[in-house]
Amino acid sequence: MDLTLKIWRQKNRADKGGFKEYKIGGISADMSFLEMLDVLNEDLSEKGEDPVHFDHDCREGICGMCSLHINGKPHGPQQTTTCQLHMRSFKDGDTISIEPWRASAFPILKDLVVDRSAFDRIIQAGGYVSVNTGGVPDANEIPIPKVMADEAFDAATCIGCGACVAACKNASAMLFTSAKISQLAMLPQGQVERKDRAEKMVAQMDAEGFGACTNTGACSAECPKGISLTNIARMNREYFSAVVSSNNV
Amino acid sequence: MSWVTKTLNSTLGRKLVMALTGLFLILFLTGHVSGNLLLFKGDGGRAFNEYAKFMTTNPAILILSYLTYISILGHVVYSILLTSYNKKARPINYAVNRPETNSSWSSRNMGILGTIILVFLVVHLQGFWAKMHWGDIPYVTYDGQEYKDLYSVVVFAFRQEWLVALYVIAMGFLAFHLSHGFASAFQTLGLNHRKYSPAIEMIGKIYAIGVPIIFASMPVYLYFTSLK
Repeated sequence: MDLTLKIWRQKNRADKGGFKEYKIGGISADMSFLEMLDVLNEDLSEKGEDPVHFDHDCREGICGMCSLHINGKPHGPQQTTTCQLHMRSFKDGDTISIEPWRASAFPILKDLVVDRSAFDRIIQAGGYVSVNTGGVPDANEIPIPKVMADEAFDAATCIGCGACVAACKNASAMLFTSAKISQLAMLPQGQVERKDRAEKMVAQMDAEGFGACTNTGACSAECPKGISLTNIARMNREYFSAVVSSNNV
Repeated sequence: MSWVTKTLNSTLGRKLVMALTGLFLILFLTGHVSGNLLLFKGDGGRAFNEYAKFMTTNPAILILSYLTYISILGHVVYSILLTSYNKKARPINYAVNRPETNSSWSSRNMGILGTIILVFLVVHLQGFWAKMHWGDIPYVTYDGQEYKDLYSVVVFAFRQEWLVALYVIAMGFLAFHLSHGFASAFQTLGLNHRKYSPAIEMIGKIYAIGVPIIFASMPVYLYFTSLK
């Protein structure tokens, strides 16, 4: 199939950036979206032009490295990661617009690559449990009800791709932060730092400049892992009960 | 910063203020719509005027009315704070965006809907509330007691088609605002539960449609009875 690509090109953080149009032909419907971009980049390299920079790693839908706002939606028309989006989702002759995630907390480094280290700093603020190192503990040493383990696991499936931030009209990171708070708050191992975690992770989320939540539900609807809004409600409970009962004055 | 101000300045704290004030205003609307049903009584306005006197003189109601003023002010101020904060979080918008595929229109436009409702509120308060409190208003006497005749002010106002139309349209905007705000407030408070959330959402939708319809029917009813 033949396609017209409107791609955001930006040299560096300071550059203003703008859209550039590319024509591309001979794309198979079986190709993944990233493979289509690989074809474009081979063309550009052969012509001696700067290839389009974009993030990707595992290309299996598990690492959360790929991004891209495709035709007005994070990760494109399917509720998957961009690497799991295939060209069969498009038609011959389509014009596809490709933009980077837009959020002041995710500054653009180059073209479609954004700096998502704000997420890392939110995790560093409290998304961990303190355990003594040593031998491997026995399986099932700590009894955890199956339903709780499942719910914690559902939250833990968040791959931190940032589609929630990209989809939210306020560029809010509440779905990400709430999933990371939830996955530990529901497990016995997460109880020691529970209150501290909620306070610190929310404070870091705010410090990074992510917006507030309007409960539009866009984040969850666009999340490739289908992280539920119930996590945001849980984060609010965790946070409010932490601030009224913790020892942090 | 103390922990209280720190919390109220956080994104979650600001949302908490929006939710609590919003829920209080929903309670207020419930009382307001119930009391105003007396306009339909057809007794020449006696019950309505007695109710209006009670609502402006009873000390317990006075406390509630101050809570209502504070809620309106808090809801407006915090919405401005949140909106400007949220705009800063995304200074450059997408060239192509399809939010209609992932969220409802009213949820994305609460600020615009709220602004329209605020403008309506100013017109509404100036027309009735301010008149009742400080305006030039006729008196009526029931059983030897004097009452301000707010009923005649209301009836007279709604002889004007444009005002009736304004009220009906404003209630349409209120319906959209409530259709998102009601359930959203519970979510912000963290009150999400698989047993109760579907009921909250259902009640929210019924409330968002029902209450504005009853409100809108008042000027419409008064307009058509004035034609007789």
